[in-house]
Amino acid sequence: MSLVVAIAALAVGTYTMRLAGVLLRERLDLSERVTRILPMAAAALLAALAATATFTEDQAFAGWARPAGVAFGALLAWRRAPFVAVVVGAAAVAAGLRLLGVP
Amino acid sequence: MRTAQRTLTRDAVTIGLAMVAIGASFGAIAIASGLPWWAPSLMSTIVFAGGAQFMAVGLLVAGNPVAAVLAGLLLNARHLPFGLAVAGALGPSLRARLVGAHLMTDEVVAFTLAEDDPARRRRTYWIIGITLFTTWNVGTVLGAAFASVAADPAAFGLDAAFPAGLIALLWPTLRDPATRDVAVAGAAVAVLATPLLPAGLPVLLSLLGLGVLLLRSRKGAAA
Repeated sequence: MSLVVAIAALAVGTYTMRLAGVLLRERLDLSERVTRILPMAAAALLAALAATATFTEDQAFAGWARPAGVAFGALLAWRRAPFVAVVVGAAAVAAGLRLLGVP
Repeated sequence: MRTAQRTLTRDAVTIGLAMVAIGASFGAIAIASGLPWWAPSLMSTIVFAGGAQFMAVGLLVAGNPVAAVLAGLLLNARHLPFGLAVAGALGPSLRARLVGAHLMTDEVVAFTLAEDDPARRRRTYWIIGITLFTTWNVGTVLGAAFASVAADPAAFGLDAAFPAGLIALLWPTLRDPATRDVAVAGAAVAVLATPLLPAGLPVLLSLLGLGVLLLRSRKGAAA
């Protein structure tokens, strides 16, 4: 029972935060400066997610295979490779390195 | 225009396939940890936030539902600033906002902000959002059903695919020097804070990266 309650509470809380930003956007009379900053804030959050997911696992270093794979993917992105190539390339390098015994 | 549509379709298929695989590993891990068969699918449907779901499974199995909720909410607090940033892409009607808000994920926000044109932003938000919701839930069911065979995502390098995909989506935005400085500073703060703070907080702290704008404007004023 507490399992259902916990999952429901997490769902309600998450949805509330999702909806709050969407609805607040119109209520708040945001200055042009703040409007310009919002996509930058989102970019900072997404970059932080990508960086922490690249380097860390359970608050410790994730090993070399993953950052190496991500670096290869970033190189492909820089060379303007299509999204699918970036994703598959990063996964292939990480998986290949692990096959070779790199953690 | 047709090329753009084809690119969007291809990108949606790519990320959709990755989501089936990661959703399957979520379903499998949840079942293998001892949760009942319905729990992973209930989470994937009504919570629909991968990182929080993985974390909640660990804490729920450890018998700590309160910590599971609080940690999950802390991890998901980033959706509030995300909502502020992409609100315009959901559509004007209340129904579009009520439904669209539930589809908001890191990937959807990244795909949406990579577009400039408002009409394309909206199409991207909905196509990617619906694709991810569907594939994440299909993957969860498959993983829960075949828990014994669904493999560790790291074996296929999927753990590297996720951040690489985010970087690819962020790339066009990072061409703007101010945005790039903010993003790099924010990412550095988050990585450095990760060993020290509970999950979720380091990513929120990346908003401190906006402080770079103050330095930039001061430098601009001095020059």
